[in-house]
Amino acid sequence: MSEKVLIKGNEAVAEAAIASGCRHFFGYPITPQSELAAYLARRMPKVGGVYLQAESEVAAINMVYGASAAGVRCMTSSSSPGISLKSEGLSYLAGCDLPAVVVNVQRGGPGLGGIQPSQADYFQATRGGGHGDYHIIVLAPGGVQEMFSYTCKAFDLADQYRMTVMVLTDGILGQMMEATSMTVNSEQATANSEKPWAVGGVRTGRARNIVNSLYLKPSELEETNLARYEKYKLVEDAEQAHDSYLLDDAEIVVAAYGASARIAKNAVDEARNRGVKAGLLRPVTLWPFPKKAFLEASKHARAFVSVEMSMGQMIEDIELAIRCSRPVSLCSRVGGMVPDPAKILQAIISASQEATA
Amino acid sequence: MLPNGITVLAGHYGSGKTQIATHLALELRKRHAKVTLCDLDIVNPYFRTADSKDLFEAAGIRLISSPYAGSNVELPGFPPEAASVFDDPEVFSVIDVGGDDRGALALGRYADRLRDGGAAILLVINRYRPLSGSARDAADICREIEEAGRFRFTGIVNNSNLGAETTPRDVLAAIPYAEEISQKLSLPIVAVSAAKTLTLPETGYPVWKMELYRKWVSL
Repeated sequence: MSEKVLIKGNEAVAEAAIASGCRHFFGYPITPQSELAAYLARRMPKVGGVYLQAESEVAAINMVYGASAAGVRCMTSSSSPGISLKSEGLSYLAGCDLPAVVVNVQRGGPGLGGIQPSQADYFQATRGGGHGDYHIIVLAPGGVQEMFSYTCKAFDLADQYRMTVMVLTDGILGQMMEATSMTVNSEQATANSEKPWAVGGVRTGRARNIVNSLYLKPSELEETNLARYEKYKLVEDAEQAHDSYLLDDAEIVVAAYGASARIAKNAVDEARNRGVKAGLLRPVTLWPFPKKAFLEASKHARAFVSVEMSMGQMIEDIELAIRCSRPVSLCSRVGGMVPDPAKILQAIISASQEATA
Repeated sequence: MLPNGITVLAGHYGSGKTQIATHLALELRKRHAKVTLCDLDIVNPYFRTADSKDLFEAAGIRLISSPYAGSNVELPGFPPEAASVFDDPEVFSVIDVGGDDRGALALGRYADRLRDGGAAILLVINRYRPLSGSARDAADICREIEEAGRFRFTGIVNNSNLGAETTPRDVLAAIPYAEEISQKLSLPIVAVSAAKTLTLPETGYPVWKMELYRKWVSL
């Protein structure tokens, strides 16, 4: 008998939160994310958890702020316009060094945009979203199975580094259904790690904890920023993650994450059939960006192609990672349109011809 | 073996109602001149029968659908012509309803006419969907749907599958599950539905072998 279930990406994120010991979810509906909230509304009460539909996205992120300060695993989710509303909260969470998991099921923008899939929030996510010097960890699942496993990982990373971890996905991966195993590995059983910094009422005679991002002395505020960036260095060193396909001898490296990577993989196969040595480098962490993998690939690559459902955002990180040592071209569709393999194949062939010329 | 007259498909979110509605409409059209597919989904703006409107047009099937279906405007609107499926006795109609009790609310509007017209109202089930994986949970969802839509189901379509990974074994493993639901609800299993590419042994039930209709095929 199969142990798998047929599940939507949005639902898989919800199940992953429960599997990771998250019992506090603060939601607000928006397409194409709404199944996630609807699913947890049904599931949370059955596992003794709290599902709370906030009055707005701003309220939801501030509930995460409070719940996280109290030391529990918590999550909120939205789609692009809602994440913009949550951005102030992301900055406060960073300023207080609080762990949180935030899910963005991206849709077309800017403004209200549309409800179809997009990856146009790359800059917003990888640059943190809100004001001030800070980072969040950004994970980009490539399928429904990874929607589950990387959401589990997000909770672990959030606690480990006391940071917000964003699961950055899109309307395709959120809405599509795939056979998925919901087995949790042992590492994910660390749901209730000690949080000596949390505010939970002083019962043991310890000194009181304060969770706060306000520092009126500039020297003190500078100190907190410097300390935080020491932590970010550790994250950049330890947590870069990527996946690759036919990359070892690739002369044309196709870079894509999330749903775009699935489509790009088909184009890479087709390019190989036509004698072009193409390979796929799929960033799994968007921050920290997998710079080491890109630098390594640039040793044998003649050119890079960034496939995005955005107007050229990740392409800048690729150029930075390889220090502009190779040409990087863009292949994109936006506004809810999805790149098709034929267009990507054409971009690969063009990149190959230009690199030869 | 296909239902006559009006066939309604309702069930849990993501159980495969639109897929089966599409299949049934196309099968009915092979046998009958007048076939209508009526989309009453007021829940899902992403996957709709309207996604396949060219297919229906080519097959000569009349599609009744909210003008907002597939337009990305999230208005849970009713197609004004929906009531017409009850008016012409020569028409074979398939009604595709939105998921869960929230989706079934739309049917309440036609509860009297469905009852009087002797419609086949089919519960679509999939053992591999996480919230309806046990017969008890599936039966609970069924009762919520009936209450919201003010109707009673007349049969079950066992659509248990794992998407592209489905094996004949998965389909067979879900037969006892469907039979348990059938007993709990006192409803007959009308059919087992599966992708036509699957080779199934005798299950004891009629098999609906379906072409699969997918969005984003390049994935």
